[in-house]
Amino acid sequence: MSLFLVQSLNGLQFGILLFLIAAGLTLVFGVMGFINLAHGVQYMIGAYLTFMFFQWTANFFVALLLGLIVALAIGLACEILIFRHLYARDHLDQVLATFGIILFVNEAVKVIWGPSSLILPPPDILSWSFEIIDGLQYPVYRLAVIAVGIAVAIGLYLAVFKTRVGMLIRAGATHPEMVSALGVDIKRLFMIVFGFGAMLAGFAGAIAAPMFSLEPNMGDDLLITVFVVIIIGGIGSIRGAFIAAVLVGFLDTLGRAVATDLLKLVFDPSAANQIGPALSSMLIYILMAAILFFKPEGLFPARGAA
Amino acid sequence: MRKIFGNTLAVLALSLATAPLVQAADLKVGLVLTLSGPPGALGKQAQDGFNLAVETLGGSLGGANTTVVVADDELKPDVALTRVKSLLERDEVDIVVGTIFSNMLAAIYKPVIKADKILISPNAGPSTFAGKKCHPNFFVTSYQNNQNFEALGKYAQDNGIKRVFMLAPNYQAGRDSMNGFKKHFQGEIADEVFTPLGHKDFSAQIAQIATSKADAVFTFMPGGMGVRFVKQFDAAGLSDKMTFLSAFTVDETTLPAQKDAAVGLFGAGTWAPDFDLDRSKAFVANFEAKYGYVPGSYAMQAYDAALLIDSAVSAVGGDVSDKAGLKAALKAAKFDSMRGTFKFNNNQYPIQDFYLLNIAKRADGKYQTEIAEKVLENSGDSFAAECKM
Repeated sequence: MSLFLVQSLNGLQFGILLFLIAAGLTLVFGVMGFINLAHGVQYMIGAYLTFMFFQWTANFFVALLLGLIVALAIGLACEILIFRHLYARDHLDQVLATFGIILFVNEAVKVIWGPSSLILPPPDILSWSFEIIDGLQYPVYRLAVIAVGIAVAIGLYLAVFKTRVGMLIRAGATHPEMVSALGVDIKRLFMIVFGFGAMLAGFAGAIAAPMFSLEPNMGDDLLITVFVVIIIGGIGSIRGAFIAAVLVGFLDTLGRAVATDLLKLVFDPSAANQIGPALSSMLIYILMAAILFFKPEGLFPARGAA
Repeated sequence: MRKIFGNTLAVLALSLATAPLVQAADLKVGLVLTLSGPPGALGKQAQDGFNLAVETLGGSLGGANTTVVVADDELKPDVALTRVKSLLERDEVDIVVGTIFSNMLAAIYKPVIKADKILISPNAGPSTFAGKKCHPNFFVTSYQNNQNFEALGKYAQDNGIKRVFMLAPNYQAGRDSMNGFKKHFQGEIADEVFTPLGHKDFSAQIAQIATSKADAVFTFMPGGMGVRFVKQFDAAGLSDKMTFLSAFTVDETTLPAQKDAAVGLFGAGTWAPDFDLDRSKAFVANFEAKYGYVPGSYAMQAYDAALLIDSAVSAVGGDVSDKAGLKAALKAAKFDSMRGTFKFNNNQYPIQDFYLLNIAKRADGKYQTEIAEKVLENSGDSFAAECKM
């Protein structure tokens, strides 16, 4: 039972991380109807920038702050220079262009920081651990990530539902022409949403770096999972993204932990060892297919709800 | 037509380039290595190791004026195939040295053998070409892949380890690693867990390990996976509680990132930078002076491959067109290996000793693997018996 609790905590923490990346992506996708494959790159940029500033300042929090500012700046620059010109274009053009950005930035990261994995240590104040169950130390840093993630989720919820900008974002998601006709500078609104989304992804990368490692392409495989999250949650919905992210985080983590053992009850061990890992990798896609079957627009369609 | 024109040009260029050096014979070696992406760190080691040997020997292997052409297979079979064809047809290399990864070797093996060129693998040692499909043109200077895992299983068996938790990525090499370990290990297997390739967060697996009551964990987590797993394993406080047995998980390509988290863990291999042999120490010192990082087995095996070529070309008096003589000389392997004595088995994979390696922080703050103890002596691989050579 206690092992189950630990695995749930791991699942929650993975879900929180997914949410931080998904939040920006779902807004960009929902509000602007723009498919941004390069969102995973923002995650990587956030991590590498924080790593770079950490080497200069030797202070995690200062490095994180500087990393976020520069990640925001890069996000805005990309929006102005590249993405802005793609909003009116076909989805295929957007996919092509943003895929090109992935290739370019991954290669640039490799040139600047090298192809090997790098490590960013957690801040000293959080680099201790406690015995969560007999024989297993749980890093406090991971608990801090969960806490910060939940705080960001609440903050975002308030920003989207209780502020004027949030109201415009929700309105822009469903009736962009009407919002524009009422005299709102929709271009600037889009730019804010985009820059902010990029910064959130960068934030996710930066706080994930001490748990995992930094390497070129680090955001690419996460991006696929994040797309699953925003589709399950309903495109454009912050609330949906949060619930779907936690759901996917739990399912993925618990699936990996117990799928093989459960199969061993039915099959012989070697067959279970063959099927288990394959099945647990498929679970989130099965969930997505099932949800799309019953609710084609996701759990919380953005229509008027955000 | 274009081809004839191209050839004429090439001949012209060649005759111009070689005009002043009529005496010296020429040798062209093509390296096919993975140099892109995170696994590129392994290929870089091999490339630097090979180049260092050529440079140390004054730019000539066996007295032949040597040109090294490097090709990056990008860890994609189709790219590897294109690059090796270009090496064979355009560059007209005499010997191909490659690859790092076994699936890349599978891609380039056929074209090289078909062109009747020599193929020397500085790292990949798949079972595929060790048994029935062994070939007189194919040599391996590293090991047969399973052997490192077999050595770990032997160590566990001989050292009172009763219960082992096994963890590997879910692909062929991962499954092979577990089978290799089980060859000598008779104890209990607590669990066999497979993760996706490139797995990020091992917290779920680490919780399973912590509650498995195993004495030891056996793992094969190459590259970035190894970096993440070792950091998380250490952060969970498991390093002090159980023996960590691994191959290709804590080595000179991952240690710069793993640092202290890897100290106290074990790897397996045929060599380490502290290998007690004067010429090996000189190699390590020269390598570090030139490239600024610690050479791992990848660099050493490529260095040995160059020395092997040197010995063979020298035996045929620099005449690389003497294929039969060259092959016989390669098989004789009369060179001063960094591993001490070096001997080929009948399948042209080495017969050698395997060691348990531990991780040490050196006085200069860098990390390296070190020989802990010999586990297998003069060990040939399990497939050589099937090879009819």
